[in-house]
Amino acid sequence: MAEDVKAHITGVVFQITSKAGDVLAAGDPVIVLESMKMEIPVEAPRAGTVREITVAEGQTVQEGDTVAVLD
Amino acid sequence: MLHSVLIANRGEIARRIIRACRALGMRAVAVYSEADASWPHVAEADEAMLIGAAPARDSYLSTERILDAARAAGVAAIHPGYGFLSENWRFAKACEAAGFAFIGPPWQVIQQMGDKIQARWLMAAAGIPVIPGSDGALESIERATEVAERIGYPVMLKAAAGGGGIGMVRVADAAGLPAAFATAQRRAQAAFGSAALFVERYLETPRHIEVQVFGDRDGAVVHLHERECSIQRRHQKLIEESPAPGIDPVLKEQLTAAAVAGARSVGYVNAGTMEFIVQGGEFYFLEMNTRLQVEHPVTEEVTGLDLVAAQLRVASGERLPWRQDEIVQRGAAIECRIYAEDPAKKFMPSPGRITRLVCPHGPGLRLESGVAEGVEVSVHYDPLLAKLITRGSTRAEALSRMEAALAAVVVEGVATVIPFHRRVLRSAAFRDGRVHTQMVEQGGFDG
Repeated sequence: MAEDVKAHITGVVFQITSKAGDVLAAGDPVIVLESMKMEIPVEAPRAGTVREITVAEGQTVQEGDTVAVLD
Repeated sequence: MLHSVLIANRGEIARRIIRACRALGMRAVAVYSEADASWPHVAEADEAMLIGAAPARDSYLSTERILDAARAAGVAAIHPGYGFLSENWRFAKACEAAGFAFIGPPWQVIQQMGDKIQARWLMAAAGIPVIPGSDGALESIERATEVAERIGYPVMLKAAAGGGGIGMVRVADAAGLPAAFATAQRRAQAAFGSAALFVERYLETPRHIEVQVFGDRDGAVVHLHERECSIQRRHQKLIEESPAPGIDPVLKEQLTAAAVAGARSVGYVNAGTMEFIVQGGEFYFLEMNTRLQVEHPVTEEVTGLDLVAAQLRVASGERLPWRQDEIVQRGAAIECRIYAEDPAKKFMPSPGRITRLVCPHGPGLRLESGVAEGVEVSVHYDPLLAKLITRGSTRAEALSRMEAALAAVVVEGVATVIPFHRRVLRSAAFRDGRVHTQMVEQGGFDG
């Protein structure tokens, strides 16, 4: 079952630290957001394989936006 | 006297500088990004100039755009505030080259003290104690291992070009060094454009005590006493006060003497801060901030002096307005920084629109606020909204005024650290002055 990985905070995509096909453990960073001079990783909610990263570096995301899809 | 000043900053510090300019009859020119058009500092300045898009690199961090604005406005000087370009020696040099007085120390001093390894050498040469560690940048992990073994674990890896606690990594033992070294290099490269690292002994429960200094172009250097700034998260300050509670008078004398000697040895001009870490009766030089600090109002409240006005006077070529024996610390003052962060979620940022803002007034209470109802607190900048400062004839009086002020201030629309401050103020450890820099992260004020 695919699962959306959602931003837990509003920020700008600082770094994309995983790519489609990567196998992640629960808690691994999927992307890193920057908000108010702080770098905040968005972590995989469970173990899985990254199907797709849905954001680009420099893009602004709102809290609750999907940033990646995990298989 | 300088006739006009461009303020290369935003929020509360821009308003503070505008006020000081007014008091001296100088024209104050604000700059702002597209995100800040409705912020109070823009409306309050004599003139305000849009300099770019919301990301700081396109606006408040763009030397070119700020200098263009300064030329267009025809100002005599540029005040960098704190953060942004304030400790960027290339910016200070570019201001001078373009014919504007830079309100701060000479760019060469910013460069020297900004290089943490060089600063350490300079201060050690001036006879000031420095934390045991590497004498220079570490060329390899082998060298890091060697130095760490010599000084003893735990150690701290720091970016040579860094500051503000950014990119530091604590290493508990030899086994953890390789991974920590790689992490610290990566962070240093990302944050400061240089992967150069140095290593220092890590002190477990030190206090952070700093000394405000001020110099003029004739070579006079004075201190304006100390500030205790041990309540921090992520190596950044939340609460500051003066005097440092319970400080031993001998230690205080040593700290202020070292601060003046250090500043004098580098030819310091204008406002600066010598930061020390203190453990037991020992103290070590941490770094020098070559700018006005966020917490300067604490010093203003206990000395009755206007530091920002003095910055403008000294930058105009005037001599220091005070002699050392005229600078007296009276009573006590404390500052709580109001950040848009959620203390219940490990101080995560909380951007958003401020929907309601109620500011308290009262004796001994000062509010330095950058915000107003309706403004959007952007993801692009530091989360500092405002600073509450109280003073009293005693520390107890300053603290009780702060408790009352924290209970009365209302900020809605974003989370703030006010609930954290109220817990700290109630805690026995803080009331007794038993503080150290690790307390917040060790959960010392939770529950």
